[in-house]
Amino acid sequence: MAKLIEVENLTLQFKTDEGLITAVDDVSFSIAPGEILGLVGESGSGKSVTAKSLMRLNPSNAIYSEDTKINLHLDGQEPIDIMQIKSAKDMKVARGGAISMIFQEPMASFAPAITIGDQMVEQLLIHTDYNAAKAKKYSIEMLDRVGISDADKRFKQYAFELSGGMRQRAMIAMALSTKPKLLIADEPTTALDVTIQLQVIDLMKDLVKEFGMGILFITHDLGVIAQTADNVAVMYLGKLIEKGSVRDVLRNPSHPYTQGLIDALPQLDNLDVPLKAIAGDIPSPLERPPGCVFHTRCPKNLVTACQATVPEFTTLKKDHEAACHLLNEEVTS
Amino acid sequence: MSDKKTANNTASTKTPLIKTKGLSVHYPLRSNKIFGPPPVVRAVDGIDIEIAAGSFFGLVGESGSGKTTLGRALLQAAPITHGSIEYNDGEVSYNIETLKGADLKDYRKRAQLIFQDPYAALSPRMTVRDIIAEPLEVMGLTKTRAETDARVREIAAKCRLSLEHLRRFPHAFSGGQRQRISIARALVSNPKFIVADESVAALDVSIQADVLNLLKDIQREMGLAFLFVSHDLSVVAHVCDHVAVMYLGRLVESAPTGALFAKPRHPYTRALLSAIPSLDPDDRGKAQKLEGEIPSPTNPPPGCKFNTRCPHAQDKCRVDEPELVVQDGHGVACHFWQELMDK
Repeated sequence: MAKLIEVENLTLQFKTDEGLITAVDDVSFSIAPGEILGLVGESGSGKSVTAKSLMRLNPSNAIYSEDTKINLHLDGQEPIDIMQIKSAKDMKVARGGAISMIFQEPMASFAPAITIGDQMVEQLLIHTDYNAAKAKKYSIEMLDRVGISDADKRFKQYAFELSGGMRQRAMIAMALSTKPKLLIADEPTTALDVTIQLQVIDLMKDLVKEFGMGILFITHDLGVIAQTADNVAVMYLGKLIEKGSVRDVLRNPSHPYTQGLIDALPQLDNLDVPLKAIAGDIPSPLERPPGCVFHTRCPKNLVTACQATVPEFTTLKKDHEAACHLLNEEVTS
Repeated sequence: MSDKKTANNTASTKTPLIKTKGLSVHYPLRSNKIFGPPPVVRAVDGIDIEIAAGSFFGLVGESGSGKTTLGRALLQAAPITHGSIEYNDGEVSYNIETLKGADLKDYRKRAQLIFQDPYAALSPRMTVRDIIAEPLEVMGLTKTRAETDARVREIAAKCRLSLEHLRRFPHAFSGGQRQRISIARALVSNPKFIVADESVAALDVSIQADVLNLLKDIQREMGLAFLFVSHDLSVVAHVCDHVAVMYLGRLVESAPTGALFAKPRHPYTRALLSAIPSLDPDDRGKAQKLEGEIPSPTNPPPGCKFNTRCPHAQDKCRVDEPELVVQDGHGVACHFWQELMDK
C-alpha cells in the first residue's frame, strides 16, 4: 500500500548544559492512509519527541541527524521531506495543513482567553480558503459531529467552561476541521476516566473510517492500543525495540521489554497472579547504557552481546520485527 | 475467583479499625441569592463503610465521585458536616469527627497519607533522610539524633532505599523511587492506618507493579490497614480485599473483591469494569459504553444519582434514591439490581 508518511533514521539529540542528550535514536516507521499506528513506551522513552519531530515542533536546542528523513506523500504531489523545509510559511503543510495534533492535556492546549469557536475559525482561515462565515458554520458542524450537544452555544464558550471529556472532543473537532491526512494523537485519553476514554476511542475510530486519515496514536496503555491500533511500535529510551501488527505484538511479544510490560499489567481475568514488575528503573538519558539500551533491566541479559553491541531488528514474521540479540541465532548459539 | 480474597475479609466478626456512619462532607458555595440557604456541593453524602484492621480497602470511582474527599475526611483533613467516624485500633478508640488537641495529635501518628504525585509531595530542599525523619521530629517520637537515624534506616530498608539514597535530594530519583520515599515517610511513625490516594496513578506500569507489591508486603508485615483510593479497577482488583464504588458522593456498591469482580451488581460497576480496555484485540466493540458524563455535584439529579447515564433507568430511579442493600456481605444501591442480575 502507498504510504502516507515515512520516517527514516530519525535521530534527535538535545543540547543541554549537561551535554548532549539522545532523545530519539535511529527510529524508522511508516503509516498508510487509514492506518492507526500505536506508539507505546514509558515516560522518557521519546514517544512525544518522535511525534513532535513530524511537525518539527521540538525546541530550538534539538539537533536532528543528517540522515533523518521524514517524507510526506500527498496525492498527486512529489513527496515532501519535512526535514528539508526551510521557511515557516512552507511548514504550514506539516503544522495544521496535512498533519494535525491532539495533545494530552486539553486544558493546556486551548488558549484560555479566546473562545473555542474563535480558535477553530482562526486555523480554518489560515489553512483553508473559507471566509469567516463559512468557517464558523463548518466549525459548529464539526463540534456537532464529535458529539458535543448545543454546538452553537459551545462555540462561544471558553475552554474552562467545558468538562475534560468535552474539551478533548473539541480538541478532536479542531484538529480534524482542516481535514488532515495524518493525525497525531499524543496520549489523547490519558487524562480521562475510563468511561469517557471509551467514548473518545470510539469517536476516533469512527472518524478514521469517515475521513480515511492515518493516525499516530501515542499512549503508555497497552490496553488502549489493543482496542484501537492496527500496528504497534514499542519504544524504550529513544529506540524502537519491537514493531508489528497489534495481534502479533500483543499475543507473541518477542522483546523482553514488551514481554515485561505485558506481564506488569494487572489482568482482571486472573486476580491470583502476582504482579511482575520490570526490575530496576529507567536509566537517566544522560547515562544511556551502551549496547542494547534495555540490558540494565533485562532478565535475559547476555554479557557478551547485549552489553556491547546494539541489536539489529530480526524479522520474526511478515511485518513483525524485534531488536533483541536473543532472537538472533548466531549470538545465542 | 479466589477464596483467599474473600476469606481475608472477616470484618463483621471483630471490631473494625474504622467505621463510618452517615459520613458527609458538604461544601457551601458562594450564593448570589439574598434569601435562603446557600447551595452546597455534596462531595461525600451519607457514607457507611467499615475498614477491618490489617485489610486493604479499595475505593474507586471516576473523577468527581468524592473518593479523595472521603479519604481525607477519615484523616480529619476535610470538614465533616454530618455523621460519625469511629476509630479503634485496640489500644485507643476515637471519634474522629470531634477529635481535638492531644488526641488529634496522637491520631496523626496512627493515620497517615501517601499522596498521588511523588514529584510534588517531596521538598526539593531536603535530603531523603530529612524528609523521612521529619515526622519523627515533629511528633517528638524519638529523643536523640542517633535514635532518629536508626529508625529512618530501618524504615528505608523496608522500602528498599539504601544508605546512599538517604544522603541525596529528591531530584536525583525516578518516579518509582520517589514514591518509595513517600511511603517510607508515611510509615516512619508506625501508623495503623494509611490512606493511599492514587498512589500509583502517576507511575509507569513497569514501576507501578513494583510499588503495589511493596505496599502489599508492608501491609502484611506491619499489619496495617490501607484505604486505597484509585480510579483504576484492575489495580484495585489485584491488591484490595474489599472494594467500595462511589458515584457523585454516594456509595453504589461495596463488596469483597472476589464477589465484586465476579458478580458486580450495580450497573455503574459493570460499566466501569467493561470500559477497562482489554489486552485482546479481538474484544473490540464488546465494551459497554456509557453515554454522557458524571453530572456536576452542585446540581445532582434527583432519585438515583446514576439515572442520567444508566441504560436500565426507569421512572422509579428518577424519583427515589435507592439505599445500600447488603446481602451476603455484598452491598448495592440500586432499585433493580436483582432483576438485572437475573437477566
